Amino acid sequence: MADNAQLKLLAAKARLGAIIGTYHAKSGHPGGSLSAADVFTYLYFNEMNVNPENPADENRDRFVLSKGHCCPSLYAILALKGFFDWDELKVLRHVGAMLQGHPDMKKTPGVDMSTGSLGQGVSAACGMALAGKLDKKDYRVYTVLGDGECEEGEVWEAAMFAAHNKLDNIVFIVDQNGLQIDGTVEEVGGLEPLDKKFESFGFEVAKIDGHNFDEIASALAKARETKDKPFAILMKTVKGKGVSFMENQVGWHGKACNDEEFKLAVKELEDEIARLEAEV
Amino acid sequence: MAEVVCKATRESFGMALCEMAKTNKDIVVLDADLAAATKTSIFGNEYPDRFFDCGIAEANMIGVAAGLAAAGKTPVAASFAMFSTGRAYEQIRNSVAYPGLNVKIAGSHAGISTGEDGATHQCLEDIALMRTLPGMMVLNPADHYEMMEATKAALKHDGPVYIRLGRLAIDSFNDPGTYKFELGKGITLHEGNDVAVVASGLVVNEARKAVLALESEGISARLINIHTIKPIDREIITKAAKECGQIITVEEHNVIGGLADAVCEVTSSECPVKVTRIGVQDRFGYSGPAWELLEKFGLTETNIGNVIREVVKNK
Repeated sequence: MADNAQLKLLAAKARLGAIIGTYHAKSGHPGGSLSAADVFTYLYFNEMNVNPENPADENRDRFVLSKGHCCPSLYAILALKGFFDWDELKVLRHVGAMLQGHPDMKKTPGVDMSTGSLGQGVSAACGMALAGKLDKKDYRVYTVLGDGECEEGEVWEAAMFAAHNKLDNIVFIVDQNGLQIDGTVEEVGGLEPLDKKFESFGFEVAKIDGHNFDEIASALAKARETKDKPFAILMKTVKGKGVSFMENQVGWHGKACNDEEFKLAVKELEDEIARLEAEV
Repeated sequence: MAEVVCKATRESFGMALCEMAKTNKDIVVLDADLAAATKTSIFGNEYPDRFFDCGIAEANMIGVAAGLAAAGKTPVAASFAMFSTGRAYEQIRNSVAYPGLNVKIAGSHAGISTGEDGATHQCLEDIALMRTLPGMMVLNPADHYEMMEATKAALKHDGPVYIRLGRLAIDSFNDPGTYKFELGKGITLHEGNDVAVVASGLVVNEARKAVLALESEGISARLINIHTIKPIDREIITKAAKECGQIITVEEHNVIGGLADAVCEVTSSECPVKVTRIGVQDRFGYSGPAWELLEKFGLTETNIGNVIREVVKNK
């Protein structure tokens, strides 16, 4: 188990990886990659039973990134965990790269489901959870979706399915960074009250700060204890978290840094990493 | 000739699922509130622990199937063709075909013979939609015996497969004693060199009756049954084009994107010949009893015979 200082350090490195990857790709989605970096870190280093030496282990816990465009920081976490070399991030989205613009289970070790089209990953995660029940295996399935993604009808089809089939081995984690391409989620789609929506669909719900590892830990522990019901973690986050000029800026949803911005972002994150290394 | 069985291919499909499930414990069947119609209910009644009704939510059903396959199961997801391939097209593309997952998708009530429900339910585009997806196998069996064997073969094949099922009970014409199903291999049902009739699905038997009747007029037509539309049997079609010089395609589907196009894709590069397309001529259907509609749309023995006669006369 990593302690909070170690987790913070890993998350800062994951953020740096997302910035490096999108910079070299000259494209990609830094905003949501940064908002979800902490939960990815916690899942892969403290929660999930996964083994980089055997990525296809049939007893492993599964992770489905339903908001597939936020893969740059997930890729960084998978590299930090040892699924592949960190330098793969430098050719993210390049021709012939292992790391595609959206997650590809056939190309990238550690990626359990190909995703990218919003709304679809949650359904696949439900299928995996159902398979676990049928095979009487005790693995768990985690899926991270965006708050904007919850505008997709399929998310609610999947939510109904999960509750109806009593899938208590699945956790929906909604990254509520509050921003989507055309504006704030409330302006564009009008999602609230999201907790009541999930509760009325039959979920047990926890509302947390998605950048607080203690809160992430206790919500995931509560999810493990919940029986006969699926669990939803609604985590408030800051889009672009960790890079000052990206925070809460909708414009950083889907563009990469230019040379100057890249230097600034890397400096901020490397300073943070140096500070955290001193703490660890 | 073996005993003629009058059965809808959806029922044969349900029976085959049950038969395979005896030995393959990984088969899981999903439906979207149409189990009684698609006949997955036959499986559901026998294997309730491995049957899941996903409710009227086809997009999620396909995603769940993808997840089941990713976890090692062999899922079969069924609904009406309109919904399993149309409503959930993008889920099939991105969650099933792109990762090449082992999901079998069934579309029942395909074609004009869906009948009284009318245009909204008469899917005439499913083969076109599924055929354009890389790695997707497309099956369109023609009678009870063929559907039984095709379903079993699809379940043994590792990869995504679309199977088209019909609503209408139709007479069998294959002999189960000698019938052999091979994925991707067309079957020559009748030899002849005046013209090659290439048919698929429910209309194969209509074409067969037409071809047999024309023998007495001295017209010798070759009849080829294409149960696997993708990958199509290039060899049998090229040979027919070379030896017969003209082809007539027959399908219960829009003439755009289905069997006719699949055949032309082969002939245009291997042996360009004139291809006359019998099918639904780029239009929607309407309500009516199935056989009346098939007659109206020129998909029965009479019209197929007339077209063959015309084509051979003008050769």
